[in-house]
Amino acid sequence: MTSTTIEDAPFIEPSTKERRNYLNDEYGVLSWLLTKDHKRIAILYLFSVTIFFVVGGIFAFLMRLELLTPEGDMFTSDTYNKLFSLHGIVMIFFFLIPAIPAVMGNFILPIMLGAKDLAFPKLNLASWYIYIIGATFGVIVIITGGVDTGWTFYTPYSTQYSNTKVFATTLGAFITGFSSILTGLNFLVTIHRMRAPGLTWFRLPLFVWAMYATSIVIMLATPVLAITLVMLMVERALGVGIFDPALGGDPVLYQHMFWFYSHPAVYIMILPGMAIISECVAAFTRKKVFGYKFVAFSSLAIAFLGFLVWAHHLFVAGISVYSALIFSFLSMCVAVPSAIKVFNWTATMYKASVSWNTPMLYVLGFIGLFTIGGVTGLFLGALGVDIHVHDSYFVVAHFHYIMVGGTIMAYMAGLHYWWPKITGRMYPEWWARLSALLVFVGFNLTFFPQFLVGYVGMPRRYHAYAPEFQVLNVLSTAGATVLAMGYLLPMVYFAWSLKFGRKAGSNPWGAVGLEWATTSPPPKENFHETPVVTWEAYDYPAFLKAMQETQHV
Amino acid sequence: MTDFPLFPEQASSVAPLVDGLYLFLVVVTGAVSLLIWLVIFYFAIKYRRRPDNELAQEQEPPAILEMTWTVVPLIVFIGIFVAGAWVFLRMQVVPRNALEVYATGRQWMWKFQHPTGQREINELHVPVGRAVKITMASEDVIHSLWFPVFRVKADVLPNRYRTMWFEATKTGRFHIFCAEYCGTSHSGMIGSVIVMEPTDYQRWLAGGTEGSLASQGEKLFQKYACNTCHMDNGTGRGPMLAGAYGKTRPLADGSNVVIDDNYIRESILHPQAKIAAGFQPVMPTFQGQVSEEDLIRLLAYVKSLPAPQTAGATPAQPVEPAANASTTTSSAATSTTNP
Repeated sequence: MTSTTIEDAPFIEPSTKERRNYLNDEYGVLSWLLTKDHKRIAILYLFSVTIFFVVGGIFAFLMRLELLTPEGDMFTSDTYNKLFSLHGIVMIFFFLIPAIPAVMGNFILPIMLGAKDLAFPKLNLASWYIYIIGATFGVIVIITGGVDTGWTFYTPYSTQYSNTKVFATTLGAFITGFSSILTGLNFLVTIHRMRAPGLTWFRLPLFVWAMYATSIVIMLATPVLAITLVMLMVERALGVGIFDPALGGDPVLYQHMFWFYSHPAVYIMILPGMAIISECVAAFTRKKVFGYKFVAFSSLAIAFLGFLVWAHHLFVAGISVYSALIFSFLSMCVAVPSAIKVFNWTATMYKASVSWNTPMLYVLGFIGLFTIGGVTGLFLGALGVDIHVHDSYFVVAHFHYIMVGGTIMAYMAGLHYWWPKITGRMYPEWWARLSALLVFVGFNLTFFPQFLVGYVGMPRRYHAYAPEFQVLNVLSTAGATVLAMGYLLPMVYFAWSLKFGRKAGSNPWGAVGLEWATTSPPPKENFHETPVVTWEAYDYPAFLKAMQETQHV
Repeated sequence: MTDFPLFPEQASSVAPLVDGLYLFLVVVTGAVSLLIWLVIFYFAIKYRRRPDNELAQEQEPPAILEMTWTVVPLIVFIGIFVAGAWVFLRMQVVPRNALEVYATGRQWMWKFQHPTGQREINELHVPVGRAVKITMASEDVIHSLWFPVFRVKADVLPNRYRTMWFEATKTGRFHIFCAEYCGTSHSGMIGSVIVMEPTDYQRWLAGGTEGSLASQGEKLFQKYACNTCHMDNGTGRGPMLAGAYGKTRPLADGSNVVIDDNYIRESILHPQAKIAAGFQPVMPTFQGQVSEEDLIRLLAYVKSLPAPQTAGATPAQPVEPAANASTTTSSAATSTTNP
């Protein structure tokens, strides 16, 4: 055997036969459905969350069509209420929360650590199946008539008054939560236990730091959501009085418990976005992120402070004046670490070599939009203004600037940045830049008018509205059309690139990071031999000099 | 431009404060955001990747920046908190001598009751230049009463009374919206607040009514036979209610409770929750029998009862001048105290 291998080797080595990688290592549906490879699980997640993104997007678009005119003339009120409820539920539970951790975190995190896989590969696969089971409930709800409580399931409406599919929906969200918990657990253990030799904590890419913070939040907050949803289901199904005053419960208690999860959940959604932005800023400026430790610790600070601000969703709900003052103050504090990140990303660009490739365009868009989303959060944290704009379109605009302008911009940045690594192919750069531009313009046109219409007085979740709000709503719908184009275009050119895209080398961006030190797509075991890390994170000067020298030789 | 407002009308005493804070925030955060964008674009263009700029230069910005942009935003944010809290406290503290109005939210309408007995649905008449305090509860789910031109809003809860207040500064007809999603016709749970000159308001008040709210409550007090136990002379099986409002009452478990709107409401719906010291827990619940509007009538009656002469005490609460028909005229006259 050994002798034949040696003889055959020279013939095989330079041949046309494709190099083995995680994609061609095995074939067949079962090889995907039973895979324990974190990269393949990431691809499974990529397909699943993309489907839900499209579904949630369709709901959003139908809502925007209805809102073209002040009268509720396209759908019935019940249908409209189901549209915004399902839009929120699908986008938050089935897209935003899993999107970055379960797709990019799954794919990139172990490679960044120089590991062969996550700590618990079977658990990782289980988390996808749990997600699919939870999401199946979502699909069943959509097919069998929908739910009309809003994604927040406020009591006593959700427990006693709504006659839609509340139980199945909350059960779906409850189940999906366990998928998040398993992913978070897997990341925590992997980051602690499976770093490559020499990869000390302060040599970790900032992506890993932010994912670490995210995982902590997932582990601590998601169980509270599970408890809350169980109580809701118990009250709805069995009539046990917890939240319904007719049964002796307290409806505001539900809001406290719900937001104790759901405010940290905002950080479950945005911290991974920040994780990607830190990576892309470094790679596309060819510099170490300015204030590495500040950026790293600000993620942990956000994770910690994020648990202390939930009641700022309740300023008009009937909490005491003292609570309101305390939570307003804490909400101001949680803005500081986010501001630190924005300033540090900006400073990183100073005297840098700034590439204008698509991921960087998304990064620039992210910083601009996240800044608007962040500062409008200050408006909402300031008690005097919040009383007026609470539950208005101002709030809708604010959180879309964070969730869409922040998280989804970052998601798109990451998808373009790591696409060559994931698929081994380059996406078409000019089409991608066009779509980034469409997304940016469409996004602002959609959501900026909502700040204005909210302050003027349009409440959220309104099927029909006063005629004086129409002009701003028409602008918003026009923007949604552009935004939809911006999101559809990548689906086309990403698919196109799988077959026709230029082949990417191991490191098409000239970026530092262990993921760029292996082949594209990576082999099943990520690295042929375990890397030993002897350099600091983002050590661009040394890396690029070495690269240039090898080119000159 | 009236069809296309970019800013809501200012029609209450707090509206200029809220708008002032809002515009201050727009200017401050707008300036900072603009600065960040300009810097980003400047860097992105000046340091764009060119053949002679393939490598980043190694100069770093000075590290003192890090402390600067940690501490300065914190100070600014705390300043914003203080300004927001200052406006908020002005919204929360109900002025004395406010006109009392009661509101009930239900799927999907707003019902208002005036102390003089008028009832309205999806319309609320108030005088200009006079503080109006709304005490409100919901019959079913959580609603939220929002007057955009007054810049005030409060959730309306099904399990207790909450209050909000405003002082209109402009006459006219303005929107009332439900701001908390409440089911099918949430967007139809809208109405109008009609702000009138005091003289017009007096004329409106003179319109048909079934007697003052308190006198309507008195009839219910007899209908539900409350008077068989809560007797005027203090010998009944229940505590005497005359003059009780606003007082502190010792409870059977040794604690004390201030007799306010929410205590009276709770005592009617959940009589066993807090038993007055010296009394037996014998009162049956009236939950499901007394509607929210009747609760308000009973509440108005209990609040209107004068203290018996023997007690010799002065009325405890100055903040309820409009509890019955006779005081309404005098309280309307006090509206001239407001410029």
